[in-house]
Amino acid sequence: MKIVLRNIHKQGYKGDIESYLKEQGYTALKKALTLSPSQIIEEVKKARLLGRGGAGFPCGVKWEFVYREKEFPKYVVCNADEGEPGTFKDRLILENDPHLLIEAMIICGFAIGAEEGFIYLRGEYFKAYQILERALEEARSKGFLGEHILNSNFSFHIRLYRGAGAYICGEETALLDSLEGKKGQSRVKPPFPTFVGFKNKPTVLNNVETFANITQILLNGGEWFAQIGSSHSPGTKLYCLSGDVKKPGVYELPTNISLNQLIEEFGGGVEGELKAVLPGGVSSSLLTPDKLDVIMDYFHLQEVGSMLGSGAVIVINKDRCMVDLAKRCAEFFDYESCGKCVPCREGTKRAREILVNITRGKGELKDLELLKELAEVMFDTSRCGLGQSALNPVRSSIEKFSQEFEEHILKKRCPLGICSLC
Amino acid sequence: MKDFVSLTINGQKVKVLKGTTLFEAAKQVNINIPHLCFHEGLSLYGACRICVVEIEGRARLEPSCTTLAEEGMVVRTNTWRVRRARRMIVELLLANHPEDCFTCERNQSCELRELAYDLGVRELRFKKGRKYHYPLDLSSPAVIRDPNKCIQCSRCIRVCLEIQGVGAIDFVNRGGRTQVLTFFNKGLNNVECSNCGQCILACPTGALREKREVDEVWKAISDPKKFTIVQTAPAVRAAIGEEFGLPPGTLVTGKMVSALRRLGFDRVFDTQFSADLTIVEEAHELIERIEGKGILPMITSCSPGWIKYIEHFFPQCLEHLSTCKSPQQMFGALAKTYYAQKIDIPPEDMYVVSIMPCTAKKFEARREEMKASGFRDVDAVLTTREAARMIKEAGIDFVNLEDEDFDEPLGISTGAGVIFGATGGVMEAALRTAYELLTKKELKEIEFKQVRGMQGIKKAEVLINGLKLKVAVAHGLSNARILLEEVKEGRSPYHFIEIMACPGGCLGGGGQPLPTNLKVREARANALYREDRNKGIRKSHQNPALIMLYKEFLGKPLSDKAHHLLHTSYVSRGLGN
Amino acid sequence: MHLIQKEEGGLSEEIALFLAKELNLPPVEVYSVASFYSMFTVKQQKAKYIIRVCVSLPCYLKGSDKILEVLHKELGINSGEVSADKKFFIEEVSCLGACGKAPVMLINETLYDNLTPEKVREIISQLKDENSTEEYSQTGL
Repeated sequence: MKIVLRNIHKQGYKGDIESYLKEQGYTALKKALTLSPSQIIEEVKKARLLGRGGAGFPCGVKWEFVYREKEFPKYVVCNADEGEPGTFKDRLILENDPHLLIEAMIICGFAIGAEEGFIYLRGEYFKAYQILERALEEARSKGFLGEHILNSNFSFHIRLYRGAGAYICGEETALLDSLEGKKGQSRVKPPFPTFVGFKNKPTVLNNVETFANITQILLNGGEWFAQIGSSHSPGTKLYCLSGDVKKPGVYELPTNISLNQLIEEFGGGVEGELKAVLPGGVSSSLLTPDKLDVIMDYFHLQEVGSMLGSGAVIVINKDRCMVDLAKRCAEFFDYESCGKCVPCREGTKRAREILVNITRGKGELKDLELLKELAEVMFDTSRCGLGQSALNPVRSSIEKFSQEFEEHILKKRCPLGICSLC
Repeated sequence: MKDFVSLTINGQKVKVLKGTTLFEAAKQVNINIPHLCFHEGLSLYGACRICVVEIEGRARLEPSCTTLAEEGMVVRTNTWRVRRARRMIVELLLANHPEDCFTCERNQSCELRELAYDLGVRELRFKKGRKYHYPLDLSSPAVIRDPNKCIQCSRCIRVCLEIQGVGAIDFVNRGGRTQVLTFFNKGLNNVECSNCGQCILACPTGALREKREVDEVWKAISDPKKFTIVQTAPAVRAAIGEEFGLPPGTLVTGKMVSALRRLGFDRVFDTQFSADLTIVEEAHELIERIEGKGILPMITSCSPGWIKYIEHFFPQCLEHLSTCKSPQQMFGALAKTYYAQKIDIPPEDMYVVSIMPCTAKKFEARREEMKASGFRDVDAVLTTREAARMIKEAGIDFVNLEDEDFDEPLGISTGAGVIFGATGGVMEAALRTAYELLTKKELKEIEFKQVRGMQGIKKAEVLINGLKLKVAVAHGLSNARILLEEVKEGRSPYHFIEIMACPGGCLGGGGQPLPTNLKVREARANALYREDRNKGIRKSHQNPALIMLYKEFLGKPLSDKAHHLLHTSYVSRGLGN
Repeated sequence: MHLIQKEEGGLSEEIALFLAKELNLPPVEVYSVASFYSMFTVKQQKAKYIIRVCVSLPCYLKGSDKILEVLHKELGINSGEVSADKKFFIEEVSCLGACGKAPVMLINETLYDNLTPEKVREIISQLKDENSTEEYSQTGL
């Protein structure tokens, strides 16, 4: 069952507009223009498509909020700032089937009443930038973008905007600030971008993969989509396998797959012996092998105390030192914190420091309690998702691998021989 | 029909207008939620996260300064979760903070220290944390920045941008490496900073402070060869009492004079004297311009923060400025010429100190052109806070001092000189004199209430001898910008504009006691207007010492001598330097 | 700003003032925004090849440390430094979104994946030998 990768998996598919048109390209748009905006939004709502960027918010509900707003102009923004370590699925779509995204954005614009759209593309995706520019040009030349699209009253323009190396810009409000030419720092929420978005106007902001599902939903109906995968989070998901796994890569699978199936059946199994898994990138909590039968959807992963996020499944084997990995995760967030709110800015800094000290044999037992409390306060008080989840890997590794930490601290020894404690 | 919202705070029912924040709503049940980045008059920042509260049904704690009250909300401001969060956030801030409270300028007024104490922080668990070692910005003669004490609350940035419309500082870098810096880290003295010191008033810690001149002044006082003179600005007498525990708005003129005398100054004079002088010179200049001999509108020039501002942002409008120096500088020039001659003391042995509510005056005293006497006209400038510290250092029991009078003749002043300290004061003083000069009749209604008050821009029309004199008063530099845009585009309808860099006028200056907020400014203003009413003479040109000065020394207003000593010129600066 | 970074190697006072005037912003805000993003620099530094090595978790698991070791040795510089001949600049960056083929590095606009120490040595020696008329290269598009 391939929805998003339907075209990409076809032999010889080139991603240019000619290839796209051969594969039902822009027929969803043609159909959409014959429907009313509320009809389109109904289908997306019936599909119960949850945002694939990490937050998992119902896409149809989001579009409806913006549709109902009476403030103009409205905007459609695509979050293509894929930055969560372990995530590389949006790149696949952007480089190989850009029109899938473009068509969906046009449909969205029509449904909510927007005339302008932006694709916020991370600065490091040079190849995707060129491909998207070309695809936008192709779409314009065929009349799918611009004034009076396909002889209708609807006009829509898409502009490509480049990011510049800031993970935080993947957070929706930070992205909007960055798009406005400022520093990418989060805004106070509420109000949410659906009401106060780009230039303080109502905005739909969705992930690349979320948009990539829209054309098929429109062509086959929302009910069709809702039958696929798990009942809580219908459809398919692009799972990104990386780390100590034999066949790393992007796998589009129905959302009712178990972690075990994902790793064994599709990932070819673990390289070495399984120790832990980060199911949602470095923003999620660790899962130990006893949780392998968890269903990989938003709901079930939350139930076991973790999260799906963007679907970045990082596999960790028994040769890895959990203290070392916790330190690396803390370093990442310290570097990427935007610095606006105190708990995240100072918390990530101190967490990193404490972990570095532990890996150097200078840790104290009370550091572990301190880190746990810090993680809870950061969750409680950080302004945005980055700070709220930054210490998830650290906290969960202390909880589940406390022995390793204690050995570093009390015996000044790294059981895996990775940290140089002298 | 007003929309109300009912909610519960700490078990008590509260009813507030729709659009009220939880922070405001909590005040109704006598709860002052601890906060740091929230500051009166500035945009909401919501980043310190200290004001967080627990809201039933929400997974996380929410900041009360940005969360609006909603119908049926159940809020708790004092649960263990909230207390734990607040303490940890303060601990995190302290982990970076230098531990030199003992020698810190803000020892007695540091909000971080207060929070740590009030929130029960008795342990610093992030002790092994690395602290900053950033270099200090010592470039400016007025304001010093110490990035090591900065907690990145952004109050200074917001004041500089929103209230003053200058924007000389901003956050640079990202995350834990964020610093507040100037353009390419050139230093405050090398960018558009106006030296107004509003950032010092906004800063909760010792990260921003004025450059100390106390030690130099002590040295001069102790030097038997130096004849030390001190002049005090009007706004000081309405505020220095606050440093000794007196309520804002207590007029302490007599005690201030007494204390300064006890510090060892040879003469205690009053800047209000030269304020009267400024009015006489400026009123004559205005009349000249109205009669067609100069460009209108004319704009006051006694606020050095304002002067630096116009030099950077509106250099093409410099001709509109009055050529009059500020009272501080006029005083200095006269002290080392007129007064030095009068008492037969060589001017090189004279040391003139001014006590100002202002930090920009420190910059003004050092301007190249301020040497009309042949020496530096004003040798040292102390802020109100610095003066108070000297008085404390000397062990003087300020509150119980007997009132004393200023020395003569440079200590004699009128009510018009007093009101200089408030926004609209210069305008009102000038109108009192201009009216009598033009009509040659006595002005019966002395108080021009239309130019008083805390409104950002005040406009008035005064009928003088058939001329409809249109005037405007602005305080706070972003209000100045509005008026200057009109002047720049040639569509300003006014004859005369008064501009003060600081909100409230000088009484809200960067050197004043902390806290300085709207209520405090209003109280100080009322004190000044009270002193004006208590003065026998309330019009500058009727100051007997001034009349004597012209007779004995200057000749007449705008004479050559007056021009040489009391008038000045300006520098075109532009942006980025 | 990408254009400025590409052509000039970073922001300078002059360029910042020009932008400030054009966009009607306080000059320090231009400086502030540029300093926030990793791909921009507030001092002008050019190198022919900007090497960005991903050091996030998936690449770390697959040996990004060894890749850095090779680069430091072959080029004689540490991360964050420019080589004396101004040809190479090494930067440690966050996830580049190619974790399935970790470890990876970007050299200017080209992504090199499935790296091994040998592969890296090969790539570097190729670049070292390259005789190009272009003195300085660009870091953007």
